[in-house]
Amino acid sequence: MPFSLLKYGLKNDYPFENDIDLPLPTELKKHYDVVIIGGGGHGVATAFYLAKYHGITNVAILEKGYLGGGNTARNTAVIRSNYLTSEGVRFYKESVDMFKGLSNEFDFNIMYSSRGQLTLAHTDATIRSFRQRAEVNTHFGGKTELIDPQQIKELVPTLNMNPADMPVLAGLWHMDGATARHDAVAWGYAKGATQRGVELHQLTEVTDVIIENGKAKGVKTNRGTVSCGCIIQAVAGHSSIVAAMAGIKMPITTYPLQAMVTQPVKPFLDPLVSSSALHCYVQQTGRGEIVFGGGSDPYPLYNTRSTLDLKESLLASAVEMFPFMANLKLMRQWSGITDMTSDYSPIMGLSPVENYYLDAGWGTWGFKSTPICGKSMAELVASGGKVPEIIAPFAMDRFDVFRQVNEMGATAASH
Amino acid sequence: MGTSYSKKAGLGFADLTFTPIYHDKSYLFHDVAVIGAGPAGLAASLKAADAGANVLLVDENPMLGGALTYHRFDVAGVRAAELREQLTAKVRHHKNITVLNSATCNGWFTDNYLPVIQGNRMYKVRAKQCIVASGAFEQHVVFRNNDIPGVVMSSAAMRLMTQYAIKPANKAVVLAGNDDGYLCALELLKNGVEVAVIVDMRSQSSDPLLHSAVIEKGINVLFNSTVYEALPSTDKKRLAAVQVHAITGRGKVAATGVTIPCDLLCMSAGYMPVYQLLCQAGAKLSYDDDSARFALTNLPKNLHVAGSANGVHELDAVINDGELAAYTSLTLLGLASDEPQPVTCNKQTNFPWPIFSHPKGKDFVDFDEDLQSKDIVNATRLGYRDVQLVKRFSTVGMGPSQGRHSALPTARLVADATNRTVTETGVTTARPPFVPEKLSHIAGRIFNPYKLTPMHQKHLELGAHMIPAGIWQRPAYYGNPIDRDKVVQQEVEMVRNAVGIIDVSTLGGLEVRGPDAAEFVNRIYTFGFLKQPVGKTRYAILTNEQGVVVDDGVSCRIGEDHFYITATTGGVDAVYREMTKWNAQWRLSVDIANVTSAFSAVNVAGPLARKVLSKVCFDVDLSNESFPYLAYREGTIEGVPIRLLRVGFVGELGYEIHMPSLFGATIWDALMAAGSEFNMKPFGVESQRLLRLEKGHIIVSQDTDGMSHPGELSLNWAINRKKPFFIGRRSVDIVMERQQTRKLVGFKLSSESCRPKEGHIVLASSDQKDCAITGNVTSSEYSTTIGANIGLAYVGIEQKEVGCKFPIRVDNGEIVMAEVVQLPFYDANNSRQEVI
Repeated sequence: MPFSLLKYGLKNDYPFENDIDLPLPTELKKHYDVVIIGGGGHGVATAFYLAKYHGITNVAILEKGYLGGGNTARNTAVIRSNYLTSEGVRFYKESVDMFKGLSNEFDFNIMYSSRGQLTLAHTDATIRSFRQRAEVNTHFGGKTELIDPQQIKELVPTLNMNPADMPVLAGLWHMDGATARHDAVAWGYAKGATQRGVELHQLTEVTDVIIENGKAKGVKTNRGTVSCGCIIQAVAGHSSIVAAMAGIKMPITTYPLQAMVTQPVKPFLDPLVSSSALHCYVQQTGRGEIVFGGGSDPYPLYNTRSTLDLKESLLASAVEMFPFMANLKLMRQWSGITDMTSDYSPIMGLSPVENYYLDAGWGTWGFKSTPICGKSMAELVASGGKVPEIIAPFAMDRFDVFRQVNEMGATAASH
Repeated sequence: MGTSYSKKAGLGFADLTFTPIYHDKSYLFHDVAVIGAGPAGLAASLKAADAGANVLLVDENPMLGGALTYHRFDVAGVRAAELREQLTAKVRHHKNITVLNSATCNGWFTDNYLPVIQGNRMYKVRAKQCIVASGAFEQHVVFRNNDIPGVVMSSAAMRLMTQYAIKPANKAVVLAGNDDGYLCALELLKNGVEVAVIVDMRSQSSDPLLHSAVIEKGINVLFNSTVYEALPSTDKKRLAAVQVHAITGRGKVAATGVTIPCDLLCMSAGYMPVYQLLCQAGAKLSYDDDSARFALTNLPKNLHVAGSANGVHELDAVINDGELAAYTSLTLLGLASDEPQPVTCNKQTNFPWPIFSHPKGKDFVDFDEDLQSKDIVNATRLGYRDVQLVKRFSTVGMGPSQGRHSALPTARLVADATNRTVTETGVTTARPPFVPEKLSHIAGRIFNPYKLTPMHQKHLELGAHMIPAGIWQRPAYYGNPIDRDKVVQQEVEMVRNAVGIIDVSTLGGLEVRGPDAAEFVNRIYTFGFLKQPVGKTRYAILTNEQGVVVDDGVSCRIGEDHFYITATTGGVDAVYREMTKWNAQWRLSVDIANVTSAFSAVNVAGPLARKVLSKVCFDVDLSNESFPYLAYREGTIEGVPIRLLRVGFVGELGYEIHMPSLFGATIWDALMAAGSEFNMKPFGVESQRLLRLEKGHIIVSQDTDGMSHPGELSLNWAINRKKPFFIGRRSVDIVMERQQTRKLVGFKLSSESCRPKEGHIVLASSDQKDCAITGNVTSSEYSTTIGANIGLAYVGIEQKEVGCKFPIRVDNGEIVMAEVVQLPFYDANNSRQEVI
């Protein structure tokens, strides 16, 4: 247990002057070595690793809203690595491994909870793809296996084995699956980064990117202009819009993705359960709420409104999977914005603009990549543009040369 | 860790044995929906209905009237009941008003789409105009022990007395921040409750008449004072007394005070608009720190607010405001009505700072989440200064009431701690639902649509083992699953040596007609179709814009301007969607229809297929010369018009017979009867899979994945790269130029060897543990015809040559070596399907 939790419990006068998580707002400086656009999980993680591993601290994180207020706050906090491709599995597995140590690394509780993730197969075709995912995972040292209906019943006794008249034929049991408090991940990184001298500027919106002779030179913001050595954009949900300021056109289509949560009840569901055919996933949070999520909205949009249609279809599926949940009460419905790529993998690394680095295309797989993404983006920047091997497959030019990393089958409705 | 503390938390248990009960849904369409049947909502409904609008009035209470059902509006205490009677009588008898009471409008969705939950039903309402007259929630005062039973809102005490005829206590103290506290005191007196004192946080009352009225009744008023602490009874279960201190500054009190025994404390410190529905619609809630007033602005078109939700609290002004909202709605509807007076209301109802933090705590801000004022302030001191961060860090507002009573004190505390105004601080985003709703209401009656082919019953009678195929059911094979392998081999042998019949009704069917039909098909699919002769079929592959194979089928040219194209069972809906999407851009003169369910189909396949068909189809010359391989003909069976495709998917002489679904069963019976003398039996989809595997034919989605381009699948022959365009053309060109990385090949293993399963992976090397994964097995089965385990697999490009042995990792990490063989496995020169 992180020490800070104990401290909070024992002290009356809390917090102390020098024990704050986030420093008070300051003026923007004229120049930073590194400007990070976006104060979400990825942005603050990158700053954290830049400061901690590379000693680069003259860094400003510019966030138009509040810390971790975009998709970091809106995702359903699923951590897993049971992807399909070698490139994907290697990348996400390292991320899962890093998550396990974050609370101690931060001295800040991210409420990491290892639960295991179970995906249900209702057709032969799904079993085929699950077997492949299990094999690929095993090859890279992950703990994933194909299990039969009897084992599923033992894992999740409350599950309806014939939801929507589609019998559960098998399951992909991913023992490494986990969850954590998503906000706390961003706060932990932000605390660690700002303690090392990084500046986090909230309510600071980048309005333009300054480029001279094909090189990124600075940004204009609602609080003035800042020059810098290099820029990282980490604005999941608005990647195309921000990249366009730098004159970059991204192969991204942006869709809303909705989720919802019930009132909290005593714990009864340990694993994260999703159905491949019903496009519904269900998990119980540490607070006891049941979280439901599903597929993206059917048409592109930049709007975080909720819809009734999605709620109706998603909850119908949820009640099929767990009929007794019909009696639980839904408390809240919300929406995030997902930047989808055609191969369901991110776009990371170099851009056509020198000193302008991309961390984009995070669709529905952004939260679970936060640590590895921060670490590798920091490495990329610190090395002056040498792309780390683990993110090399996610370069934007893969779309020009048809070297996609296709994770479509491993992402739909099991974020 | 995650769940250990929630086990201890005071949470309810989910009843894991609960069985869902019946819930349904219904649609309603109205000119005006009015949410809330208080004075504003009633007045708005009447005005709108009088002008001819069709009005829906929704209220969550069983009784109409809102605050009129419990609140006291005058010294005499008669006005509310009179007005309620007058308004509700009119509403009840108005032909243009539909009332839904005990019904909750639980959300606002784009374009006034309103879910209204009543009983076991959810009404989905579309309203041209929507007036939200949802009222205001009374707000509590923050002081120590404000969670003890006996500490209540004034409105709650008045509800108990007027609606339920309950005397709530013997001796009460009223804590007032507005004049409504005085009215509450009068109501308490009327109900036989002794009022010990009115503790008024203000320096004087706004209405001198009200002040003298309470003095006349012998109630003492203490100005500039507050309850600083509530004192519990010795058993700590209820209120015993309050500690009253003089107010010395904003949120500050004198060091000492007086203790006043009481068993009820009524708080009357102000109201917050029920803003949830409006803010879900994008309205902005602002608060003027000086006048302590709320306003809702930025409402979308066709959505209006009235009454205390709009910050109007004086009764006549509330009525006036309701009529004004109705007038605005009517104007937008194009209905004439008189314009009401502008609304004026000066009544101040919010005490600006009803927060008295106590060093010993228990001064609750959020009752759901047990949060005290220091929890909010500490969050800001730790650096979580944005109200959204305060919420997430402290969990304020995350409980079942979703901030109804915590949003305002939180905003005030955060504003104060960060030197901002309440408006700048704001409240957290309002999201649906308005009140927690049972999943059963939203799920409703659950429909699981499925499709059955016309022959479904026949299959069951024949002992078919059915499996799902999309939303269809198909026979996998005809027999007991225990004997699966044996049954499949028998069915295959039957087709190879005699004749079999398979129901292929689930195949997608698309009709493309019009002068530009050929041009359209030519742009959609990869092959050339402009010169496809009438009466001929042609293989059709669909690639997406990334050049990936996403569907395949057979194109039949029925006429110069008429194509009938089949698609995969699972893919047809997407193909149809793509076709209509593309033609929305191309604007070619074609009609596209998805006729999948209109046609059913069977495939009669095997060396004796012609003999079977010739016994029932007399008007088509079935000879090889006149009806060769890949030809298309039309004829009749039992007088029913049929479409005949001579195809070769399973590698034998075969006819696909497509007929109107209405006659599917008739024709099946006719064919079965005709086939009986040849021992023809039906075969299932698993047997078909093996038959086509022996021929090396791919199944799109089984043998392809999200990256498979035509080159990897050796389908170059089905791509016309001379034509100017097809979907994915540019990508296919680029990919074809590049060095390929993998290839789909046929492989063979001896029958003794462990048979790989579909999904097992292909490795670069058999002895190196961390070698690269080069591919995967997509199809694998034992073939009696070949006498070996055969299959299709993606392998690395250096493993693709015939004769190459490559490692497959099978169950339990074992490695088996498979050998690449030339495709097809069976009948290399296709003589069986083409020549006979």
